[in-house]
Amino acid sequence: MGKHVLVIEDEPNIIEAISFILSRDGWTVHTHSNGHDAVDTVLARRPDLVILDVMLPGRSGYEILTDLRGRDETANLPVLMLTARGQTKDREMAERLGASRFMTKPFSNAEVLEALRELVPA
Amino acid sequence: MPQGQLTGTRIRERRMRAGLRQADLAGRVGISASYLNLIEHNKRRIGGKVLVAIAHELGVEPAQLTEGAEAALIATLREARAAHSGAGAEVEQAEEFAGRFPGWAEVLARSHRRVATLERTVETLTDRLTHDPHLAAALHEVLSTVTAIRSTAAILADTREIEPEWRDRFQRNINEDAARLADSAQALVTYLDREAEGTEAAAPQEELDAWLTEQGWHLPTLEQGGTGAIDALLEQAAAALTSPPARARARGWLTRYAHEARQLPGARLQAWCAQNRPDPGAVARAFGVSLPVAMRRLASLPADGPAGALGMVSCDASGTLTFRKPIDGFAVPRFGAACPLWPLFTALSQPMTPIRTLVEQGARDGGRFECFAIAVPQGEMDFDSPPVLEAHMLIVPQDPGARAAGDRPRAVGASCRICPRGDCPARREPSILADGF
Repeated sequence: MGKHVLVIEDEPNIIEAISFILSRDGWTVHTHSNGHDAVDTVLARRPDLVILDVMLPGRSGYEILTDLRGRDETANLPVLMLTARGQTKDREMAERLGASRFMTKPFSNAEVLEALRELVPA
Repeated sequence: MPQGQLTGTRIRERRMRAGLRQADLAGRVGISASYLNLIEHNKRRIGGKVLVAIAHELGVEPAQLTEGAEAALIATLREARAAHSGAGAEVEQAEEFAGRFPGWAEVLARSHRRVATLERTVETLTDRLTHDPHLAAALHEVLSTVTAIRSTAAILADTREIEPEWRDRFQRNINEDAARLADSAQALVTYLDREAEGTEAAAPQEELDAWLTEQGWHLPTLEQGGTGAIDALLEQAAAALTSPPARARARGWLTRYAHEARQLPGARLQAWCAQNRPDPGAVARAFGVSLPVAMRRLASLPADGPAGALGMVSCDASGTLTFRKPIDGFAVPRFGAACPLWPLFTALSQPMTPIRTLVEQGARDGGRFECFAIAVPQGEMDFDSPPVLEAHMLIVPQDPGARAAGDRPRAVGASCRICPRGDCPARREPSILADGF
């Protein structure tokens, strides 16, 4: 069983593509598509890494990240933030809230794989 | 170097550019080469027939060789220097630079003006992107779809062995996303086109502001006081004022304009402004009108008249802008709240107290403005009902020549979101320009 990644993203075709490439790379992939109960899913799944979109229905990725960093069990969980907004303030906000990495859409598959391998070495 | 001494320098530069020797030019205008040499080194004043003759030989107007011809150019060079204060340019030599290298000076001045224009465009677009939820959502949709297509296409291109069902699925996804992208892009283009054409539904105040801007905030038919002028104007503006609230607001605005034009006719005010600075306090005293009326009448004068272009803003007691007449160099936000440091809001906290403040908005062009502000109750005051305040601020560009060494202009912005000032005590929210553009 490979490392476990949880993809929290509301765009179904992005979820499908990311799931495919990560599975081929040996990751066990779970997905979640809304912000409401994303934290509950993280706590239930206990992934090794979370890919978290900023703009989600119900609750923003920033709020979810803040919640995760406030809990002992997820305070150090690697989180890769995805956003369509590449402005410096978004990057700074993600860093300030404790994101492990920040990636702007559209990203390449290779960039995602490289980031994950760095965040969770095999 | 005093400006009056630069004529010789200009003659020298023009002569050399024309490929003439000093002796040749001197001979043609009937003076000695040594005398021309003294003129060119600004050791002799020049004027009259000699100046006209030299200008004729050099193929320029005499005014191009004499002092003052480059005042605007020099002022722009100084602005450029002020915008790059760390660059070490010798500000005291701006006049000499303009005199010796007029072509290069013009290039620098034009570049500075162009940069300033582009920076304002960037600010406007960034402001729009930040405050326009529809546009932001549409762009997010486009970027998300592009991400899905890019990622899926890369899988199909890079994966050597892919199961047929996965391949079919990804091809179907790309097909769906391509259609979605086409729809999103089309919707975005339609939205932007409508915006460009001005047909997008806007707030009533925005519709009115846009129409008044088209009119230059000056309405000659109301100045002449003809009967039916308001109805005629509203009929003309029907295409621009599409919503009933906008037309109702416009009727109120025009009625007040006509009433105040009768109190203080524009022609009389223009004649007065030809002799005086556009100070609303002086106007109020000279014509026996209130300060808000004096401000609105000044703001309604044509920009090419003796008072020049003047800006004005008004707000209600909540601080919401109800009158927005921007002026070059002093931006007024189209959406959201304005800079709390504006004297307009100082006036709101000190009702019935006229406030005059020198301000500077943005550090890049160094434009300074004299702001005259006052807050007064709207309508008639009465017992048992609290006064509802309204504040007004006239924005008058300060003549660069009137700057004094002791001036301490108040640094203000347009709105926090697009204000680059880092250490502002009044900041409400982070600036999107914190790291420049």
